[in-house]
Amino acid sequence: MIRKKSRPPSEIPSSSMSDIAFLLLVFFLLVSNVDTDKGIGVVLPPPGDSEIKLNPKNITMVLVNASGDVLFNDQLVAINEIAQRARELETGNPNMVFSVQTDRKTKYQDYIDVVDQLTMANVKKLALIGTQ
Amino acid sequence: MAIKRKSKSRSGIPTATMSDIIFMLLIFFMAATSLKTVEGLKVNLPRARSIAKLDTPKQSVLFVFVDRTGRISIQDKLMDSEIVSSVIYPLRRNDNMLTISLRADQETQMGVISDVQNQLRDASALKVNYSAKHK
Repeated sequence: MIRKKSRPPSEIPSSSMSDIAFLLLVFFLLVSNVDTDKGIGVVLPPPGDSEIKLNPKNITMVLVNASGDVLFNDQLVAINEIAQRARELETGNPNMVFSVQTDRKTKYQDYIDVVDQLTMANVKKLALIGTQ
Repeated sequence: MAIKRKSKSRSGIPTATMSDIIFMLLIFFMAATSLKTVEGLKVNLPRARSIAKLDTPKQSVLFVFVDRTGRISIQDKLMDSEIVSSVIYPLRRNDNMLTISLRADQETQMGVISDVQNQLRDASALKVNYSAKHK
């Protein structure tokens, strides 16, 4: 009996291709992190010691000391009260400038907490004076 | 006349084009993925509530890392705070949209942050984003 020689298939097997593609797809789905950078956006004051004369009535001093205590207009306040107070001041005087000053040893987290609170109160004029 | 059979409506999802679709998705995710390992220093970002997405295009964002010991790293190079402005100034001149994403550790002392901010001001890089995680 003459048998035909079984020829090796000349094409790439395509039935498993979608499986492989699926596997790769799942891999890349898991690996890719669409990293969105989130944070609090601020605009720093321009360079130079260009002191703008402000009416002292329009300035609210926010001082943060090394242990994270906040002095808001010479009053000691809890951090989560800042937003409320800032909102009150802002509605009373839309030109109010909030000036945040910290100690050189203040923790960054405490500073962010204060800036966070002020951002929550939709403060438009934020002056980040820096350290004393 | 021969009686024609009614063509039955096919049941099942057509699988012939599926692999094309999958491949397209695959290519999309391959292109979108950046396998680059995270550059910079290891920082534990501070937590905040009122955070928003950075609206600057990615190529205009410059990461400035400050770790808890006060080391500063920009573009994978450690540097002193005094030379930050000289590093950033040429970048700022080429890119008006340049936004600094400040990725500082929550334990960092404000002295260093303030030095960096003053350097940024000297370099006219005024748009800053304090990177934070959601509380």
